[in-house]
Amino acid sequence: MTTDILLQTLASGVLIGLIYALVAIGLTMIFGVMDIVNFAHGEFLMLGMYSAFWLFSLYALDPMITLPLTVLMLFAFGVLLYKLVIVRIINAPMLSQIFTTFGIMILLRGVAQFLWKPDFRSIENSAVSGTVKLLGIQLGKPQLVAGVGAIVVTGLIYFFLNKTRLGAALEATASDKEAARLMGIDSHKMFSLAWGVGAACAGAAGVLLSTFFPIFPDVGANFILLAFVVVNLGGFGSVSGAFWAGILVGVIEVMGGLLLGPQYKTAIVLVLFLGVLMFRPQGLMGKA
Amino acid sequence: MNTMKQFYFAAAALALALAVPALTDASHLNMAILVLMAAQAGIAWNMVGGYAGQVSLGHAAFYGLGAYASTLLLVKFGVNPWIGMLAGGFIAALLSLGFGWSCFRLKGHYFAMATIAVAELVQIFFTEWEYGGAAVGLYVPMDKQGWLWMNFSTKLPYYWLALGLLVITLAANWWIERSYLGYYFRAIKDEPDAARSIGVNIARYKQVALSVSAFFTAAGGSLYAQKELYIDPNSVLSTALSIKMALVSILGGVGTLFGPVVGAVVLTSIEEFTRIAFGGTGRGTDVIIYASLIIVIAVFYPTGLMGWLRSFRERREARAHADRQMAAPSAAVQTLGKEAS
Repeated sequence: MTTDILLQTLASGVLIGLIYALVAIGLTMIFGVMDIVNFAHGEFLMLGMYSAFWLFSLYALDPMITLPLTVLMLFAFGVLLYKLVIVRIINAPMLSQIFTTFGIMILLRGVAQFLWKPDFRSIENSAVSGTVKLLGIQLGKPQLVAGVGAIVVTGLIYFFLNKTRLGAALEATASDKEAARLMGIDSHKMFSLAWGVGAACAGAAGVLLSTFFPIFPDVGANFILLAFVVVNLGGFGSVSGAFWAGILVGVIEVMGGLLLGPQYKTAIVLVLFLGVLMFRPQGLMGKA
Repeated sequence: MNTMKQFYFAAAALALALAVPALTDASHLNMAILVLMAAQAGIAWNMVGGYAGQVSLGHAAFYGLGAYASTLLLVKFGVNPWIGMLAGGFIAALLSLGFGWSCFRLKGHYFAMATIAVAELVQIFFTEWEYGGAAVGLYVPMDKQGWLWMNFSTKLPYYWLALGLLVITLAANWWIERSYLGYYFRAIKDEPDAARSIGVNIARYKQVALSVSAFFTAAGGSLYAQKELYIDPNSVLSTALSIKMALVSILGGVGTLFGPVVGAVVLTSIEEFTRIAFGGTGRGTDVIIYASLIIVIAVFYPTGLMGWLRSFRERREARAHADRQMAAPSAAVQTLGKEAS
């Protein structure tokens, strides 16, 4: 194995890992703020992909241009979902919570299949296509742009949480619901904000993926398990943890695929996941 | 439900089940078999997921182990499927030790997600395992037929097999519910700290619940293989299957004896009817109806149909009680009136 291949694999692992991180940040935010695991998170990503696809094929608008629009749509969708369904299960037993978001997952897949057929679709010849040579390694432009885009969106989320009053309120709710409520923070507002921002993150990841990943109703299934792994590694509720864990998972997956064969790449990530769950349930970067 | 009521309910259900083959045609008989098999798997899941409250979303691993164990033993070594079924059950119970070891130190969401991961790993293993048929799957040979080889070219015998396995699983569950195990399981679910403080070995009894559950789940998997005559990782090891086992119990009522039976009847009927009515279009209409149903049940009826019935009955009894309360003083007034006169 030459250094070139190793470097190339490493780079593509980091790039896909940035996308995983973005998906996981949305998931970890929802979990952190209201202790609900959203099984339908991959479907937010799927909706983001379809939004990019239709805006591209109907109006010839490039995914990178329509990114903000899709993010807004997904934000609205997340808030709507919270107000219509999730608000009713806040205090329900865990079993009901799991099966509600699980039901939403199957429902969204069914609706996507109903509206857009189960075909595989792809965005051809978007503004970013082709490859670029950087420091001696060949990288796909779409992947590179997606990686940079993921960093920008993650940066914005980080800024929002740490530098704005609303973001601070969200963080406060995540770390101590009761204390935040006593300080006059409306928890319902925070919950719907978390669902909005969470869905928007997954939607943004979907748009960034859409230029180089096939688009189909069940596409979310490829990401949800990985997102769980990332959220666990990073520590439930931790945004910066999810960011670094996402990159780590991307690299491990791609490297594992290179060493053991691509059919085992998911297995490697799952073994890592179980290992961390068992020996460091607070996550690699979480505090004990 | 008290014992007498359970007995009457079981007797009525059994009478109905015995009459079903005489009342239906071949296609509906197949649906009846699916109902019985879903109910059996649901009851097996309920032992650990309902009574002991350990929500496993990876039970397809045990179902698949049962299916693969009996089929591989038959195909590769000519072992009788009845023995294969028992062997599959014991193998699953044995491997559930590893499953439990890796997952039981976790609670709640973490436990549920870990079980998904373990089951996914098992599925990946069987998808890559050449000897076990890999992604292509395995066919059950049809050269030896009859009751001795649990192999038939008609549906009816499978109906009796599924009913028999269901009755055995129900009986085992009934026995567990009434034995000290049932009390321990419920204690683990509701008051783990209190149970630990009086000396109940929580870890051990969680594992007992899981192993018994794994045994019966695997037996169901073996029967599935014999009935369908073909298995592959997707049909017996998928996460969707794990979810279905849990869903049957949740719909009927977790931690109740007959909940999974009720849940299986309702869920399988809806699933099959929507599939027949809308499935052919390939547009996912059946999936939409199925998913909407799951959401409605999870949001509005978290205690399942049995819980809904119970609350309905309790409300009625409370009303009757209130009526008696209202009637009582007036009776007293009447007596007073009589005495006065």
